[in-house]
Amino acid sequence: MATLTHPSPAATPAIHRGGGGRLGGNGFPPGGDGSDFSRRELPSRVYYVGMWVAIAGICMLFAAFTSALVVRQGISNDWARTGVPHILYLNTLILLASSITLELARHSLTVERSQLFKGWLYVTVLLGFSFVAGQLLAWRELAVSGVYLSTNPASSFFYLLTAAHGLHLLGGVAALCYLTFQTRRLARKLKNRVAVDVTALYWHFMDGLWLYILFLLVRSIA
Amino acid sequence: MAEAFVHEVHHHQAPAGFVRKYIFSLDHKVIGKQYYFLALFSVFTGMILSWLIRIHLVWPNAHIWGLSLLSPNGAPNGLIKPEYYLSLLTLHGTLMVFFVLTTAPQSGFGNFFLPIQIGAEDMAFPRLNMLSFWVTFAALAVLVSTFFIADGPPIAGWTSYPPLSAVGSVSGPGEGLGQTLWIISIALFCVGSLLGALNFIATTLELRTRGMSLMRMPLTCWSWFITAILGLLSFAVLLGACALLLLDRVGGSSFFVPGGLVISDKIIQHNGGSPLLWQHLFWFFGHPEVYIAILPGMGVTSHILSCFARKPIFGYKVMAYSLMAIGFLSFTVWGHHMFVSGMSPYTGFTFSIFTMAIGVPSAIKTFNWLGTIWGGRIRYTTAMLFALGFVSVFVTGGLSGLFLAQPPLDMYLHATYFVIGHFHLVMGVAAIFGMFAGTYFWFPKMFGRMMNETLGKLHFWATFIGVYCIFMPMHFLGIAGNPRRYSAFTDNFLLPLMPLHEFMTIAALLTGAAQLIFLFNLFWSMFKGEKASQNPWEATSLEWSVPSPPPFDNFDGNYPVVYHDPYEYGVADAAKDYVMQDSPEVIAASGH
Repeated sequence: MATLTHPSPAATPAIHRGGGGRLGGNGFPPGGDGSDFSRRELPSRVYYVGMWVAIAGICMLFAAFTSALVVRQGISNDWARTGVPHILYLNTLILLASSITLELARHSLTVERSQLFKGWLYVTVLLGFSFVAGQLLAWRELAVSGVYLSTNPASSFFYLLTAAHGLHLLGGVAALCYLTFQTRRLARKLKNRVAVDVTALYWHFMDGLWLYILFLLVRSIA
Repeated sequence: MAEAFVHEVHHHQAPAGFVRKYIFSLDHKVIGKQYYFLALFSVFTGMILSWLIRIHLVWPNAHIWGLSLLSPNGAPNGLIKPEYYLSLLTLHGTLMVFFVLTTAPQSGFGNFFLPIQIGAEDMAFPRLNMLSFWVTFAALAVLVSTFFIADGPPIAGWTSYPPLSAVGSVSGPGEGLGQTLWIISIALFCVGSLLGALNFIATTLELRTRGMSLMRMPLTCWSWFITAILGLLSFAVLLGACALLLLDRVGGSSFFVPGGLVISDKIIQHNGGSPLLWQHLFWFFGHPEVYIAILPGMGVTSHILSCFARKPIFGYKVMAYSLMAIGFLSFTVWGHHMFVSGMSPYTGFTFSIFTMAIGVPSAIKTFNWLGTIWGGRIRYTTAMLFALGFVSVFVTGGLSGLFLAQPPLDMYLHATYFVIGHFHLVMGVAAIFGMFAGTYFWFPKMFGRMMNETLGKLHFWATFIGVYCIFMPMHFLGIAGNPRRYSAFTDNFLLPLMPLHEFMTIAALLTGAAQLIFLFNLFWSMFKGEKASQNPWEATSLEWSVPSPPPFDNFDGNYPVVYHDPYEYGVADAAKDYVMQDSPEVIAASGH
């Protein structure tokens, strides 16, 4: 007969068939039985994991676009370098600045400085909208000079990449707007700040992604 | 959100309202069932389409009653036109691959059982979960709507190769609005699957209960986890490809359409695109996709074989690692769908080697399944029969994959029925056997009642014999040179093959009819079946430690503590012959 006991979890034999190993041992934290374990409040880590997974997915989307661009440019003789509107460089500076203001907001996220937090958040949202407006101006500039989506493959990719990035960025702007409505709650409860941190992670990723796209555009189209 | 759940715990018997409980529910169990029924609708629709396909192939002049009502243009007086045959074929493939094979094993069973099996009260992001389902539902609605537009569904097949799929209605009926809707549907499906994958990964990594290390998860959880990773990385690429194809159609760009095309005496206004680019992007998704379909079936099979052989799974770690290996290799083999595309022989050779390499982890799994049942005290329940059937059709269908993995053989077999036979057995039927096994096994937990075993066994034998009758002859047809996607076989060299086609059609009709036994059993048992106990199969994983069906938050706030590996069956000195994962019993080492 198996003996029924009530061992503290750490005292349970760690390894039976197949258990243990590098992927997590017996699942109990070292030096404790994890009795303070509570699932009622999700560990904030889960939101980070979710965001990193989302970022991996978005990377795959743009990897697909990149490989399409490389192949399409490589096989054809109709690739025309239409040039990159100069306003893109200004937009880049705006987006980089928005990352800095978002960090400033994050660092002032306390009860005492919640007004400062709110202020920097508004500046970030404003910069985000400015970037989108700047991208639209770039499209306008191209359209005025007669370069449309269907003009040639280079311009197709220009519109495709800027639009795909812009759509994802608008998601980030929406998240920032949501945060501005939540400032008081965020400042009062520190555990809620994961919403700010995860949004910041996404926003900085949008920033880096844009730099990559700009590099791609300059390399292939300018 | 957390507060909301605490609140709900005490009120799960009296939900806030019908809509919140059954329609826009945040409960992973309800969402799992929603996915399940969505797939059930799709699989029967897809099956009826396959009936029409088979009937038309054998009796091309048959007037099918009622079909003219669905499509006066495609099937006047019920007589299927060649183009409408292609429409039926396209919708059959799309429904089956996306809305059945991708949906039921992963999103259906996975949603319902992943949180319970790892000891969590729900998925990590319940709202996202609800969103994934409803986006998938919208995708299905858009796809099915193509039946009811004037030109009918698209004719480009489930792979939608350009230029056919990219140049609009000039290339055939259904290639106008129908094809555009198809692309929108698949793009929506990609979004739904990506959100789902995100949720599965975060849940598996972060919401495991105390003692549930990764290497103590049931193999079902491993398979859902790996499948989610594959889905995340591959559906993103398909989404990108769909965006490009849509732009080619409605935006006038030329990503995929080459210059100088003349279709129906019309010059196509595109220039310089590459149809092969679509094939690369599509199959970069498409090959992981077949593993998205089959991996959950492998997990369920491992889970069930161990339970009903009353033995621990043979080589648990190797089973987990081979899932990872298959997942990794699945991203390196897409080129084997394109051996006839004129790729460099060296490239073809590389893809061929990687493809055959997948045979290694697959064979490891097969031998471990055999090792699991070897010497077991096997209980032949319906679920067990379907799990054994899974191993059978997986091996049969997988072996022909080794033929197709070799470029010289594939050149001959590529566009023949050999390929149809191969992928229907190894991906379609095997995955569906996994779903049947899962249904018979988990039905008591999902609906609180038992399914009828006699009807279940009848269903199994009819299906098992039936699918071999349908799909085995396809291999011979393929070797004889019978091309695929033809709507009728009028060439002389194909006439001697017609008796075999007739045999397959009759087998398809009978096997399809046998599925009505399952449908009856499913719905009859839901309301009239014998009440299920908490653990009717004497199984060890956590879903059997909660009532059938489980309460709203699965564990009523008492999180289980896991002390054991997932497959402690046949424990010699235990009170019963098994030890549940959350049982504090200590297993003596001498037990084995």
